[in-house]
Amino acid sequence: MASPLWLGLCFPHLPLEIHTRGAPAAAALVISDSQAARPRVLACNAAALAQGITPGMPLGAAYALVAALELRPRSPAAEHEALQRLAAWAIQYTPTVSLQPPQGLLLEIGGSLRLYGDLDHILGSIKDGIENMGISPTMAVAPTPLGSWLLARSGQEERITDHAVLEPRLSRLPIAALETAPATLEALQSMGLRRIGECLRLPRSGLARRFGRDFLSYLDRALGRMPDPRRMFVPPPRYLGRLTLPAEVQDHAALLFSAHRLILELGGMLRARDAGVQRMVLGLWHHRHPVTRVALGLARPSRDPQHLLALLRERLAPLALPAPVLEVTLEADDILPLGKANSSIFDNAHEVAEAWPELVEKLRARMGREAVQGLGAIAEHRPERAWCCREPREISAAEPPLAPRPLWLLDPPLPLSQDGQLPCWEDAPLTLQAGPERIETGWWDAAGVTRDYFVAATRQGARLWIFRERQGRLGWFVQGVFA
Amino acid sequence: MNQPLDALLRHGKIWRGKQTTRRGQPTGFADLDAYLPEKGWPLGAVTEILVPQEGIGELRLVLPALAQLSRAGRWLVWIAPPHIPYPPALTTLGVDLSRLLLVRPTRAGDGLWAAEQALRSGVCGAVLSWSPTADLRCLRRLQLAAESGRALGLIFRPQEAARQPSPAALRLQLSATAQGLELQALKCRGGWVCRSLSLALDPPAPPPS
Repeated sequence: MASPLWLGLCFPHLPLEIHTRGAPAAAALVISDSQAARPRVLACNAAALAQGITPGMPLGAAYALVAALELRPRSPAAEHEALQRLAAWAIQYTPTVSLQPPQGLLLEIGGSLRLYGDLDHILGSIKDGIENMGISPTMAVAPTPLGSWLLARSGQEERITDHAVLEPRLSRLPIAALETAPATLEALQSMGLRRIGECLRLPRSGLARRFGRDFLSYLDRALGRMPDPRRMFVPPPRYLGRLTLPAEVQDHAALLFSAHRLILELGGMLRARDAGVQRMVLGLWHHRHPVTRVALGLARPSRDPQHLLALLRERLAPLALPAPVLEVTLEADDILPLGKANSSIFDNAHEVAEAWPELVEKLRARMGREAVQGLGAIAEHRPERAWCCREPREISAAEPPLAPRPLWLLDPPLPLSQDGQLPCWEDAPLTLQAGPERIETGWWDAAGVTRDYFVAATRQGARLWIFRERQGRLGWFVQGVFA
Repeated sequence: MNQPLDALLRHGKIWRGKQTTRRGQPTGFADLDAYLPEKGWPLGAVTEILVPQEGIGELRLVLPALAQLSRAGRWLVWIAPPHIPYPPALTTLGVDLSRLLLVRPTRAGDGLWAAEQALRSGVCGAVLSWSPTADLRCLRRLQLAAESGRALGLIFRPQEAARQPSPAALRLQLSATAQGLELQALKCRGGWVCRSLSLALDPPAPPPS
């Protein structure tokens, strides 16, 4: 059995990044800490830093420096939700993912190392994946979960695979890295302790008496002297991702940028479950305007982010936004297991069958479902009802008619002018060639017809299918063209 | 014989005189097969059919080939037809309706985009397009798409378009006669055809009166 190896991920800028990852923000954005008595700047983006704003500064000072400042209050609920979505994304690497609120994740990657080859590979893949979703992680690897978390939280991106090296490395960390009560930290500092190593050299019974057994077990768990079972994160069955945009957006390219982040999250979660999505709905939320929902249906379940993004691009292109967009959400309810594609050696009929639904869904993504249809024949004497639009590939069984039928149907039939007894087309009388074929039916619903059908030739040589209505709306009509 | 020269001649993009090694999709009319240099509709290319008006038999000219393609399992895509293709007539002429896709775009420009996607996809046997506004650049794109997807592209245009240059592999001008159709090949890949062809399409049989 592989020895456990834990990856601690800390997201120090999460309060800021859940707002800035929606778009490459150019304007100065700060997150304010609403808990404090006097509001202060908790975090600010690169544009704000460049203009002299620093974290910890009072808000008034920040406004004095930059008048047009975008302000967002800190939202712990949004941070927790983003953390949960990141955890669901991370399950594709290992089933053992544990939340470390408010800003961390713990992944047990010892069991996955064999699949990924070596540590560099899996770490690089995780780092790239998280950065593509707009979050910047600090990563540290250690044999214990708490050890890796302490290292990541202090910003030390270390990779400790050997248990013997763990204690010396952790000893070097300052005691401020420990997640204990402020009173305990103050007490430790007043005793002159600066580093964790110094704490560890103190007698254990004394530490337990002064600071409680919890503090001692915390240190023991970090060093691996005591087991540290972690609750595994269980992802929700459906995906609901939300991105607040830093500024109002009306541009399709910017919307696709934020949708891309959400699609990457969705892709990771689907990969973790070995499933694909068949239907997803992108919601565009406006200020004082009902939400615009863009639904995307796929012919076959898919989780390829490029494919989903391409379809979404086609879907968004003709859309006219009624108002600027403040927030983007992505919901995926239809999560189905992904069918595996088997390739056949000898014939490519299977490839054709596989590629066909993709063509249909690509056309439908751009033009809408009603614009792309198949045709079917219905057993019905009235010509205008002997056909229907239906899903492509459905087989319709209907007897072919006895008399010849035109290849083009005009629906509704066009009335013809008359010259004496003969009908006229473009001011020239038609010559009747074949007929009459009497169709008299439909008395059971309100659309009864009594018609005599003829094949007529125009002066230019075209052949039309015309009829003379003998009930209801009398006269001559043209209903088809023999093309 | 010189190996590279042989390979080049076999390649198909060079033709000598009236010989060509390509074989097209059989049209279903023996006279027409003999008339065309490739003995059929050119595969992997666009064929332009120019008609003075609709209804003279331009669809029945291509339908035997379409029926054969649909029965072989290839898809037929009809893009922006002027009227509804009538299913009972199509089944009488042998077309498999479960392999037919009707595309009716609402916006201008979507029709040519759809034709390009369908031709390029490789799953379509034939793509029929009625597009009065197709210009040289669009036709060139369709031709390239048909080449990459190995599909038969058919585009129906009004007779006035005969004067415009076109990259299509085959350009046929149709006119109606008492017996049926008269075809004149304005341009065909693989040879020169100077004469015109008179083709009798089967007229619809008169019903028992």
